[in-house]
Amino acid sequence: MGWNPGRGQLAALKAGLFALALVPMVQLVWRALAEALGANPVEAVQRSTGWWALFFLLATLAVTPLRRWTGLGWLPGWRRMLGLYAFFYAAAHFTTYAWLDVWFDPEAILKDVVKRPFITVGFAALVIMIPLALTSTRGMQRRLGRRWRSLHSAVYAAGILGVLHFWWLVKRDIREPLAFGAVLAVLLGARLLARRTAKGSPQAAPENK
Amino acid sequence: MIIRRPNDILPSEITSHSVYRRRREFLKQAGALGLIAASGSELALAQSPTATKLAAKPGRYSTTDKPTAYKYVTGYNNYYEFGTDKEDPAEYAGKMKTRPWTVVVDGEVKKPRSFGIEELLKLAPIEERIYRMRCVEAWSMVIPWSGFSLSELIRRVEPTGNAKYVSFSTAADRSSMHGLGLPVLEWPYAEGLRMDEAMHPLTILSLGLYGEILPNQNGAPVRLVVPWKYGFKSAKSLVRISFTEQQPKTAWNTAAAQEYGFYSNVNPEVDHPRWSQATERRIGEDGFLSQRRKTLMFNGYAEQVAGLYKGMDLKRQF
Repeated sequence: MGWNPGRGQLAALKAGLFALALVPMVQLVWRALAEALGANPVEAVQRSTGWWALFFLLATLAVTPLRRWTGLGWLPGWRRMLGLYAFFYAAAHFTTYAWLDVWFDPEAILKDVVKRPFITVGFAALVIMIPLALTSTRGMQRRLGRRWRSLHSAVYAAGILGVLHFWWLVKRDIREPLAFGAVLAVLLGARLLARRTAKGSPQAAPENK
Repeated sequence: MIIRRPNDILPSEITSHSVYRRRREFLKQAGALGLIAASGSELALAQSPTATKLAAKPGRYSTTDKPTAYKYVTGYNNYYEFGTDKEDPAEYAGKMKTRPWTVVVDGEVKKPRSFGIEELLKLAPIEERIYRMRCVEAWSMVIPWSGFSLSELIRRVEPTGNAKYVSFSTAADRSSMHGLGLPVLEWPYAEGLRMDEAMHPLTILSLGLYGEILPNQNGAPVRLVVPWKYGFKSAKSLVRISFTEQQPKTAWNTAAAQEYGFYSNVNPEVDHPRWSQATERRIGEDGFLSQRRKTLMFNGYAEQVAGLYKGMDLKRQF
């Protein structure tokens, strides 16, 4: 079903995507070196890395529903890379905070995490993503077997916490976090719907496939 | 402590490159505004390169901190009527017409009246006040404003004994301000001060910065500047000043009372519920290689204004 590119085409496509996903980071570094990040460069870096972390997190979550809707069976082959990019930008996001905001003062970080709900949820999202990134290899997937799947369903929590983090940070104009939230709701809703149709009509299910 | 700067070169005497590049535009605007004709006593016209200079003599209370670069002062703004991104005001505020302009002054005063902008420009000697500006978002600038103490205007309208507060309403013109379509705040934007705060000599009506008339994105043609309070208290593009007996409603307080108090004095010890106010980042100075700097009580103006709040619990009345 759908478009079925050959092995070589798929590899080229994936390499292209890999390069494309690096562009925001390359651009940031370039602009930082050229002192072209504007009046508040630190904030610009934090905003950009955070935005792209959320973007890739949602892109990761979009793979399964997209495959279901389009029938493109090779799409899941991109999921690990997209997820790792989400972690990459989230880690960069946290690093710029830890470095440029509090100069790696563990006490200050701890205080923020405990005291500020938006940092609490953002930090929680990052912590959740650490074991997911570490167990993203094929070997770990094999070794963990059934448990791998339940472990990696934590990505839903990371997505929700990530959107909350953005939502609670903005002052009044919530349009952007709202948009992220809406996309997340659609992606999670699609899963619930798929599960319900699979459970609710066991007779009809095989025919639907 | 106030350390006066030696009065050698005012920042206003240095014309920034960006202004120089836009000189034709400025000349055209100035002509349209009738500024060239109205060469009043306080409005000294520059021979070149811009005709929108606003001569100011060195004023009291100026800080010795280094003024923030003109491009940042005029390119990184919060003026939600023109959009919520920091770059939006510089991009879109040009559409706002600032002439003719009148400011209505009414309420609990013996002589309610309105002031045309030309009259305001000549109301009192224009001073340069280099003030720190601390945004509630934990960044700060140093801005050389041109203006005079708000008390100069207040005295002329003779407030009655009932005048306990002053409220400020700002422009809300749908044809030039697309941000009014966003439900982020109640429009028109409203701010307020207690009478003694409004009368304090640090509180100014600003008509210019960097020695020129105010750029639109900075609140042209006349705005409030209250340097010991978070930036949003310094309402821009004023159209009405009313004296009231009751504490007036203010935009941010109405939008989120638990986050933005009526007073909103800069206070490193009272955090915003969502972020710390203990430190700040100075625009143009504190970049990748420097730590955030400590925020000062009353933004460094404690010596002048702490007395206004004697006996008040600043944690509760934030």
